[in-house]
Amino acid sequence: MILEKDVVVIGAGPAGLAASIEAAKAGAGVLLVDLNLKAGGQLFKQIHKFFGSRAHYSGTRGYDIGRKLVREAESLKVDVWLQSTAVGVFPGNKVGIERILDGGVKKLYTVHGKAVIIATGASENAVCFKGWTRPGVMGAGAAQTMVNVNHVRPGKKIVMLGSGNVGLIVSYQLMQAGCDVLALVEAAPKIGGYAVHAAKISRAGVPIITSHTIVEALGDEKGTVRGAVIAKVDSHFQPISGTERTIECDTIAIAAGLRPVVDLTRLMNCASVFEPVFGGFIPLHNTDMETSVKGIYVAGDSTGVEEASVAMEEGRIAGTAAAQSLGYLSAAEAGKTKKLLWERVNSLRSGPFGERRLTAEKNLLEHFREEIREPQPEIMIGGLAHGAD
Amino acid sequence: MGMRVDHHVVLDVRDKRKTVTILVDGKPVEAREGEPLLSALLAAGIKINRYTRRFHEPRGLFCAIGQCTDCAMVVNGQPNVRTCIVPAQDGMVVETQDGLTRKETNL
Repeated sequence: MILEKDVVVIGAGPAGLAASIEAAKAGAGVLLVDLNLKAGGQLFKQIHKFFGSRAHYSGTRGYDIGRKLVREAESLKVDVWLQSTAVGVFPGNKVGIERILDGGVKKLYTVHGKAVIIATGASENAVCFKGWTRPGVMGAGAAQTMVNVNHVRPGKKIVMLGSGNVGLIVSYQLMQAGCDVLALVEAAPKIGGYAVHAAKISRAGVPIITSHTIVEALGDEKGTVRGAVIAKVDSHFQPISGTERTIECDTIAIAAGLRPVVDLTRLMNCASVFEPVFGGFIPLHNTDMETSVKGIYVAGDSTGVEEASVAMEEGRIAGTAAAQSLGYLSAAEAGKTKKLLWERVNSLRSGPFGERRLTAEKNLLEHFREEIREPQPEIMIGGLAHGAD
Repeated sequence: MGMRVDHHVVLDVRDKRKTVTILVDGKPVEAREGEPLLSALLAAGIKINRYTRRFHEPRGLFCAIGQCTDCAMVVNGQPNVRTCIVPAQDGMVVETQDGLTRKETNL
């Protein structure tokens, strides 16, 4: 039997929650599915305060934003299925969902969504040094989940690889949880993330070792991590022989960036491009966040790795556009909302990193318009999302 | 010092959940009801969840959010259960996985 829903949203992180809220607010029946034990995605492990403007929750901790979104979705009667993995999307907008019911019984459902919004987020990149598969080597985000969500330390003595904001913030949060962070290793000659985060680490006495990388994770008799061998790298990021030294530790956390999770959009043959600024292969979309496949929308990190604040705005655009496509919003109403939301997305894409994303996004929208189809006419009002042109 | 975070400057880490017992490779391990199995295992100092099929190399926590499957174990007789997204319940039988079956009886 195929269940029917107006909108099926895959992934209950910031993008999926925001999309569900907007669609439900407009009157659409929404099913939100997520494979985790609770909704909120990675917001619940973000215990630091957000930057930016008040409209983007500056000064608010990630988990408070998560709670607010979950409550709002619940009050709007969004149907939330947790422990439910979307195992496929099939032609005609049918979503295959493996749901774990009480008692651990798995049941497979097929749900037809008149619109489907894919908000599957991102996964962490690995760095494949010798021994990287040993227990004790993990993503920085994984270590962050363990301490901030599950309140269990992944290890006692930690070496962090990567000094972008994730590496810096997670190092600090591991210390807040009582772990010993022995060193932060960075292959580039300078620190990647914000100085304000790096300063917190340095003040706590953690050395940030630039122009170095991890060449091997050493194992004990069971095969779990007992140390990290680091080495200096040359200007081509190649380890220099003879510069190796060992740091005894039980955990190596890797903060080497994220890549979009695009399995479902690939299954649907959504037109995709490789865009390093957004973390890898991403599905193209128009200003409705609709992909090359009609009725399939994307939002959040699965269409380009950025921050949760951008993911939420993209989710709202997708939810608004999906509701509009089903007749729950007039073109005028939806157009006004989307214009405002795009302005907010663009305002988040400022600063040296933001500018690059703004330019990349503009090119991708252009690409979509030229190669796939014209956007719906009302989106052209004010040339939104096309910046100054 | 255990592996649980028992005080924190930002987070309220007091846990009101019931303590339950799961059986890991035949030994009783304490868990908080509803926490991911993987958390209970880590808190008990268990870092190896499975061994790979061909080379029998150990694997453990890697992504913690249900993506990578490195923490898969045999749970209540069922293999390939991602312990990072399955809640602990009293009396659960958890076994280290070797290849596609539990460690002791791997053929």
